[in-house]
Amino acid sequence: MSNLEQLESGGHTHAHAFDSKKVKREIWRITLYLSILTVVELILGFIMMPWPEDSLKRHLVKGLVMALMLWKAFYIIGYFMHLRHEVRNMIMVISIPSILFVWFIAAFLGDGQSYKDLRARMDPYHVEHAQLPMEFPAEEGHEGHETPEVHKMEAPAATPAPAAAGTDTSKKAE
Amino acid sequence: MAHTAAIHTEKPSKWSGGSSPFKVEYGKLMMWFFLLSDSFTFGALLISYGTTRFATIGWPDPNVAFNKFPGISANAPLAFVSLMTFILIISSVTMVLAVQAGKEMNKKDVVRYLILTIIGGLIFLGCQAWEWTHLFHEGAWWGANPFANSNGTQSTQNFTNFFFTITGFHGFHVFSGVCINVIMLIMTLCNKFEQRGHYLMIEKAGLYWHFVDLVWVFVFTCFYLV
Repeated sequence: MSNLEQLESGGHTHAHAFDSKKVKREIWRITLYLSILTVVELILGFIMMPWPEDSLKRHLVKGLVMALMLWKAFYIIGYFMHLRHEVRNMIMVISIPSILFVWFIAAFLGDGQSYKDLRARMDPYHVEHAQLPMEFPAEEGHEGHETPEVHKMEAPAATPAPAAAGTDTSKKAE
Repeated sequence: MAHTAAIHTEKPSKWSGGSSPFKVEYGKLMMWFFLLSDSFTFGALLISYGTTRFATIGWPDPNVAFNKFPGISANAPLAFVSLMTFILIISSVTMVLAVQAGKEMNKKDVVRYLILTIIGGLIFLGCQAWEWTHLFHEGAWWGANPFANSNGTQSTQNFTNFFFTITGFHGFHVFSGVCINVIMLIMTLCNKFEQRGHYLMIEKAGLYWHFVDLVWVFVFTCFYLV
């Protein structure tokens, strides 16, 4: 009978209630850790702000920020979502499928990088486009920004402009 | 053969019935599975953003694009978004306190912490609404990107498309989380959980709310910091 009760309540006994103080202390400790990690992330963000976009040190700091992000995720999943205190079976059921993310991220980011290296940097369209300075249209509200940009994006391409771009051009000519 | 039989009597399998192998109730297990599938949805969105960013020559600097704070005309990168991050972390803390109060069958505390969590969620949604409105007035929207690449060259619309899609999808999750928390609050006030004898439903709502906070950790890092 007691077994059945345990099944219904998912094995939660009211023993938790007795170490309530301890649990609350843990919650505030994790809150403190999360806040500290966030502040460290922000400090790193401010430090790397003036650094050039493609410098090695900026990439290293970005990697560090990613590591801090995973650390925060561990605290939220492990303590706030309580996964660390579940049984081993439960932890494995959630964490093993999540490992697929490693492959997921590596495969796709690698794909993006090789597109840039093997295709975008060779293709005249992308190369030319990457050198065009951005023109800032006069401040005239939301509609004003849209039209010239769509037009410009199509311009360097040698392919015939789609119908949508055509109407934009005609509108601009008026 | 006798050897294996002896092992079975000494150490019964967790899967042979009569006990809960995961030691969680059905609804909570299913909530975990839902969150796992949801994390793959968000993962797919964020990874497609990453892939596109890796494949593109030049990308706008988020510190230039997201540099405003309501009421301050000065350049304030990261300030508003860190405020939003702290609001979500704090509302996650109040949720975990509500779950803990539920375990102790303390109705008064459950109500108090749930209300605080709902307020936190609403403030976050308000912040996001302000930010979207501000960006819209700057000329940013799906299909329109007024921000140049960090080296001043012409950018693509992918920057704003991904930003609005992913923060929008996350904001929708926050909105549904607030709705779920309001339902939990009403059920608590109606003594539904007192009658059942346990507050396990609050735990499931809590899992969802923490997941929303978890996703924001990733969105915040991927869009604003790096």
